[in-house]
Amino acid sequence: MTGRIVNISKKWGFHGITALKEASPGYKMIMGFFLLMTLAGLAFGLHALYVGYHHVYGVTREISWGLLIAAYIFCVVTSTGLCIVSSVGHVFGGEAFMPIAKRAVFMSIVFMFGGFCIIFFDIENPFRMAIWNVFSPNLVSNMWWMGTLYGAYLVFMMIEYYFLLDQNHSMSRLMGFFGLVVGVAAHSNLGAVFGMLHGRPFWYGPYLPIYFIFSAAMSGGCAILFFTALGWKINPEIMNQRMERAVKAVTQLTIFMISVIIFFTIWKILTGMVSEGKQLVLMSMLTGDFAVNFWVFEVFLGMFLPLYLLIRSRGNNFNLILWATGLMLIGIFYMRYDIVIPGQMESVYHSLGVVEAANLLTYTPTLHEIMASLFGIGFIALAYFAGEKVLNGHQLEKHEIVPDGGYICPGCGAIHFMEAGETEEDAMKRHHRIW
Amino acid sequence: MKFPKIGFDNLKNEGTDSVTVKERRKFLKLGLAVVGVYAGGKILSLTSVIGTAHAANGVGSIKKYPYNPHYSMVIRQSLCIDCELCVEACNTTNHVPEENYRTRILSKRYTDTLDKQVEFIPVLCNQCNNAPCVRACPTRATYKDPVTGIVRMESKKCIGCKTCMLACPYDARYFSVERRAVDKCDFCWETRLSKGEKETACSSACPTGARTFGNLTDPENIVYKLVHQIEEQVWVIRPEDDTKPNIFYMKGNMLSVDNILNEQKFKYFNPNKS
Repeated sequence: MTGRIVNISKKWGFHGITALKEASPGYKMIMGFFLLMTLAGLAFGLHALYVGYHHVYGVTREISWGLLIAAYIFCVVTSTGLCIVSSVGHVFGGEAFMPIAKRAVFMSIVFMFGGFCIIFFDIENPFRMAIWNVFSPNLVSNMWWMGTLYGAYLVFMMIEYYFLLDQNHSMSRLMGFFGLVVGVAAHSNLGAVFGMLHGRPFWYGPYLPIYFIFSAAMSGGCAILFFTALGWKINPEIMNQRMERAVKAVTQLTIFMISVIIFFTIWKILTGMVSEGKQLVLMSMLTGDFAVNFWVFEVFLGMFLPLYLLIRSRGNNFNLILWATGLMLIGIFYMRYDIVIPGQMESVYHSLGVVEAANLLTYTPTLHEIMASLFGIGFIALAYFAGEKVLNGHQLEKHEIVPDGGYICPGCGAIHFMEAGETEEDAMKRHHRIW
Repeated sequence: MKFPKIGFDNLKNEGTDSVTVKERRKFLKLGLAVVGVYAGGKILSLTSVIGTAHAANGVGSIKKYPYNPHYSMVIRQSLCIDCELCVEACNTTNHVPEENYRTRILSKRYTDTLDKQVEFIPVLCNQCNNAPCVRACPTRATYKDPVTGIVRMESKKCIGCKTCMLACPYDARYFSVERRAVDKCDFCWETRLSKGEKETACSSACPTGARTFGNLTDPENIVYKLVHQIEEQVWVIRPEDDTKPNIFYMKGNMLSVDNILNEQKFKYFNPNKS
């Protein structure tokens, strides 16, 4: 293999730590800020672990899943969404989506780790989980499947990312396919963690597993647009014709997915209004304590504003896309919060008509919970900013300059490398080998 | 196409003489089974039974309950005076951490009633036969005891994900910092029953007999007698969740209950009387 380019900085677009050192002071400050956020979050989390969660967290016996679970769900929904959106290109061959694949898969892995960071500080005995998940599995428990499937998903995504970097498109496609299948299974199963608790009418039913998948696709489209547009702000040179086309395509997909979610939300409310078990909670979302969360954040920031701005952007106004998707990410976070907390607000004894359960239960996140969530969010941001530099904006060369020995594959649109004495056609066959 | 003509109006009445007694009974049983009149049918639809037992078989011939001893509690709601001695006894017996409880007493207020304005409803873990918490636990840290049917905890396996606390439709679970695991009522199995005692702390502490604890498979047991009758209505909390609970509720201050406890079979009809 003498002629083959083995320099990973060229082949993987890997710029190493030097790229971080050369970053501008402002960039370093941003990274420093997120590093501090991560460390502070970690410190608060460890403190909570040390003194006992019940002393510092706002969760109670009745509302036992709080902000941390909402933040965890936000992270894994976005991770699965990034996987789904990127797979349109490099698994199913939608050429327009191909340029986003590397950034999307990278961020998908990062979001997954961020989610694990957060849930680590929610589960009371995380170390026991590693042992007893293996030695005492309960195959009818959604929680068990969630841990197992997300573990497998993460492994597939990491292998896929390696093959993406390594230009082995047939293998990355295969791994991407497995990752997608396992990811969709894991994620719909996460919906079922809630949806199969039949004592909780607000959650119970097939709605949540289905909603979670569509919601993930929306979050994924939103996230990759946000991170691509932000990458463009950091380094305008990552934009080229192929990337512009990709952004346009993803914008269209995201607009469509927002519409789907609006449709889902409308029917959730309308069907819930005739159900005794859900009506009280829904009224709290429409007119009560959760009205700001629901109308301002979930509906306005999460759906209508981005829908309007994304349509206005026509997929090529990157500033507008950045604003739309940035606000939308905040809105999406509230969407997750509005699933987790309201499902627990109605006491199980409410239907009994007793005095103790007459009112809705309340929950307010504490400082420790907020900081432990920021541990994961800070980690994601830090990894993103580091990745943009170290991995050279997730591209091989700037301005579509094809490096020596490489060419743009007419099939997949990525840059391939030829071995010595190999023609483009042979190289393409090698990269897209079907075995 | 021709249809055969049947003149229903002109059919001759065969009369009831030709129907045998056996057939008539069978028909009546079928009807009773359909409307679920038999108490046996009602109870069995609340507690799942391994193997089949049909409503039409009536009280006397229930094949078997899934556990033996099948521990159960009947709460006679009208007798509860909210003295909370049961809660106290439970907390001290089972070392329940402060601010937590395994059992509590809920109160329901009425404004338009003439006899009384408040009703107390003791609640605790229902030891469901179809327990949602057991299904939800990822590591089988909570399980149905194969002998007694008590839903118990194996604390060392609990990862603290708290899914069981949300799965429980009776709010019967809490996280115990001392055990580093979710904890719950185990019918005093660890502290009393396994050491040979016959009653739970709460039922033995109850001064009015509102809580009666016993074995549902033993026809001589008070729990069996209270449940297997049709004079007084027996119900469970949140039957719509289909959890097959083992805590039964009844008003329990009627003459019929006294009759049952005094071993008079029924108030108006005694089948042993010739």
